[in-house]
Amino acid sequence: MNTIIFRTMAPIIVCIMLVYAVYICLRGHNEPGGGFIGGLIAASSIAILGMANGAEATRRALRVDPLSIAGIGVQIAALSGLASLFTGSPFMTSIWLYLELGETIVPLSTPMAFDIGVFLVVFGTISAIALGLEEGEAG
Amino acid sequence: MELGTDASIALVAIAPFAAAVLAPLVHHFSRPFAGWVLALVPAGIVWFLLTMVDPVLATGAISARIGWVPAYGLDLSFYVDGLSLIFALTIAGVGTLVTLYAGAYLKGHAHLGRFFAFLMAFMGAMLGLVLADNMLALFLFWEATSVTSFLLIGFDNSRMAARRGAIQALAITNIGGMALLVGLLLVHQATGVWELSAFGDEIRGSAFYGPVLACFLLAAFTKSAQLPFHFWLPNAMEAPTPVSAFLHSATMVQAGVYLLARVTPWLGGTPVWTGILVSIGGATLLWGALGALRQTDLKQMLAQTTIASLGLSVLLLGLGSSYAISAVVLYFVAHALYKAGLFMVVGAVDHEAGTRDITLLGGLADRMPVTFIGAALAGLAMVGLPLTLGFFAKEEMYLGLLHWQWSDIATLVVLVAGNALLAGIAMLVVVKPFLGPELPTPKAGHEAPVTMLVGPILLGAAGMVAAVMPDWLGQTLLQPGASAILGQPVESHLSLAIHPANPVLWLSLATWALGFLVYQQAATLRTVLRRLEARLGWTADKMFDALMFGLIRFAGAVTRLLHHGRLELYLVTVFAVLAVALIVPVGVLGGYQLLLPNAELGNWSAWLTWPELALYEWGVVLLALVGLLAVLAAPNRLVAIIALGIQGAAVALIFLLFGAPDLAFTQFTVEVLSVVILALVMTRLRLDERDPREWEDLARDGTLALVCGAGISLLLMVVLAGDLDTRLSDFFAATSVPIAHGANVVNVILVDYRGFDTLGEIAVVMGAGMAVMALLRRRKVAS
Amino acid sequence: MDQVLAVLVGCFMAVGIYLLLSRSVIRMLLGLVVFGNGVNLLIFTAGRLTRAAAPIIPAGLAQAEGPMANPLPQALILTAIVIGFAMFSFLLVLAYRAYQSLDADDTDTMRVAEPVDAPNPPLSY
Repeated sequence: MNTIIFRTMAPIIVCIMLVYAVYICLRGHNEPGGGFIGGLIAASSIAILGMANGAEATRRALRVDPLSIAGIGVQIAALSGLASLFTGSPFMTSIWLYLELGETIVPLSTPMAFDIGVFLVVFGTISAIALGLEEGEAG
Repeated sequence: MELGTDASIALVAIAPFAAAVLAPLVHHFSRPFAGWVLALVPAGIVWFLLTMVDPVLATGAISARIGWVPAYGLDLSFYVDGLSLIFALTIAGVGTLVTLYAGAYLKGHAHLGRFFAFLMAFMGAMLGLVLADNMLALFLFWEATSVTSFLLIGFDNSRMAARRGAIQALAITNIGGMALLVGLLLVHQATGVWELSAFGDEIRGSAFYGPVLACFLLAAFTKSAQLPFHFWLPNAMEAPTPVSAFLHSATMVQAGVYLLARVTPWLGGTPVWTGILVSIGGATLLWGALGALRQTDLKQMLAQTTIASLGLSVLLLGLGSSYAISAVVLYFVAHALYKAGLFMVVGAVDHEAGTRDITLLGGLADRMPVTFIGAALAGLAMVGLPLTLGFFAKEEMYLGLLHWQWSDIATLVVLVAGNALLAGIAMLVVVKPFLGPELPTPKAGHEAPVTMLVGPILLGAAGMVAAVMPDWLGQTLLQPGASAILGQPVESHLSLAIHPANPVLWLSLATWALGFLVYQQAATLRTVLRRLEARLGWTADKMFDALMFGLIRFAGAVTRLLHHGRLELYLVTVFAVLAVALIVPVGVLGGYQLLLPNAELGNWSAWLTWPELALYEWGVVLLALVGLLAVLAAPNRLVAIIALGIQGAAVALIFLLFGAPDLAFTQFTVEVLSVVILALVMTRLRLDERDPREWEDLARDGTLALVCGAGISLLLMVVLAGDLDTRLSDFFAATSVPIAHGANVVNVILVDYRGFDTLGEIAVVMGAGMAVMALLRRRKVAS
Repeated sequence: MDQVLAVLVGCFMAVGIYLLLSRSVIRMLLGLVVFGNGVNLLIFTAGRLTRAAAPIIPAGLAQAEGPMANPLPQALILTAIVIGFAMFSFLLVLAYRAYQSLDADDTDTMRVAEPVDAPNPPLSY
């Protein structure tokens, strides 16, 4: 697995995949995509990085434990649902906020925060599993 | 009734439970005085119940109710009439003294706090039982007495005999508890009400009478230790003596008698009732009395006489005349007073002398004079000498049977014989340990502590005081109690006067004379009875063991049969059931006709047209089939992984072709990740080159799989032939942009409409991840 | 085409069940994946197949003009795929751990919980 070509190319591929994953996640509300798919793609990139550089190096590059990322994701998703309590609506009623930044209008919403939470959970969990297994192989 | 009374009557049953919760704390903080502190609870209840005597005498009964489950129209209702008041007063009164006594008897025991908690809980259950009007509440309290009795018998849980006694009592009384529940539900079915006091004579004439009677009799007979369920009571003597005094003589075992008394107005009086109660009660009376003679352990003797006394009460309830019912009421109170007193005396003797064997005890009166007085007071009542409650009870029993019919004479003979035996045993218990030559005992005993003496003395004195005031006794005790049982007013005719012309007096004299004879010949009788018992060989007690062990063996065998530990057989069972569930409705019961309407049955060709699939769609289906076959045939790991990827990719393509790009996307990514993870793990696992199954297994599994697959295909076709309810989908599609501001309907459903579901699902994903991490970490620690 | 897919779903199920019934743990895992795919396809097909557009509403419109695929089963399946994958990873690691500690991948020999010679329940109180 650790050929020189793979090891050289892996970081570039991972970069592209990660950016693409975030893009897929954010566009999901209007086009094919979403947190689940984005998370899976991002996790695949981490798996690739783990194969190329070893699980230990990948963990260091991630800085945060992947399972903690997943935990943060669950909390973001749950908190995004709680936001509606301030407007007096039931749990998980969506709230939309349109920010005007010069020419463009940026729509912010609680479903988007929720989808980011989903992304983080899937990304964190699958990365943790993949890295854990890769570590086992090395050891 | 004003609201306050409702709540305070409910409090009578609830306060002891509260005390039970607090008992360990109370014990912790007031160690030597815990008995005194906790005795305040039943004492307060006695005081409150005494204030209710006058209202009950005036009105006949007081009912109270507080809301319980309003949604089902259930109230926690209570009903205080003469019968329940007598029982409740006895329970709380004896309870007060037993609590005091237990504080001294178990002084320094490590689990005394726990003991008090059980005792208080039992008291609450028992008070609730006798006060309850609602049938479900009655059942709950009834079961609570069984459970607390179990806890108290097994209190010394390090001894196997105690555990056995506890389990036996629980098993036997719970059979009755179940019967009681069935009986109560049948009564509700027949009458439509939940309150015991709310109906009159509906049951007796209805078709429910037989089953209801059977259920109630089973409940009462198990609880009150009637033949053939009597054997649990002697074994329950494994409990500490205060428990035996309270539960297994004065109160809990009387619950069956109470139940029979309570249902007498609407179940009693029929020939079946009289026949069963009189014969079982009489048999139990004699069996218990003879059983007592067999024993040398004082506690066992008392336990056997309790069985006899319970049989006597049941017999009297069966007779059902106003004399007999009066006798039941008097006998209940008299028995509770003298039997609890005698148990306490025996406990004190055991505590001070170190043994309860009657043959080893003698001449204790010098060392324990107060204890002896207590024993004598109780013994006089048990013999039934004048100026005791027992005397009146005995007179009333005989009075009702002076019609000189054969059945009455037979009953009289049984009664006199039983009473004589009991009187003889009473003399034995009182005289033998205390009088005569002094025998050396394991412990050099002296007088018991005052808290252990208060009980027997007060109980004996109470019996005497009540007996010297026959008018008051008749007015406040006999009349309301007997009237409540019979459901019609009963006149009291107690007096201290002695009529020599009355045959009752001669019957009493005969009883005493016979009793004295029994006392004289006790040793001989004991030897004879023991020889008879040895000849008998088996007992109900041994049969219980055989039954229990048989049950354990049977359960073990069934478990072994069902949990055979072979996974593939479990799975075969699951899928065989699935196959049946699929094939029977769709195939056998005609579900396929939806697919193929009757009109077209002859027109096979219309259905069997070549499906309209484009070439590339056929290609994808073919790819899936190839993938599946490859997975089946995979000769090694690599092929298996690749084959799995192929079928997954084919599924993704199907999603893509039929308008589900999101799914296709996800499926592709998952397939890639699956292959990666599989490759990581599989290299370290062995995959057998060949399937390990024998060809018989292969054929069985293959057939099962094909049947299930065909069934699912068929089911799916039938579903597809029907209509689809698209309202929900249409709603999502129509409102996705206007109200949820999202064009990708699938994503909007996931993160907005069904966001709560998704939250749960990502939590599951996260949970799976944590489980994987835990497994991997264990491996690291292990290596 | 419905019928073809229905038969295909049946094939997935049959292969999945056949593999699940094998006593080799790894084969059972493969069977589980196949079975899961079969279930996903079953839901998908039961929600009616269409070659029409994906359930994505064109920009600028409030509602789709033509027919489009049923979005509801798709939303159900999407989460099912991801959860199925997470469960699959868990079972894979579980099987791996079992293989390591028991040195067996045949379920007939994995009898820690229900051993062959389990003692009789004690006959005592």
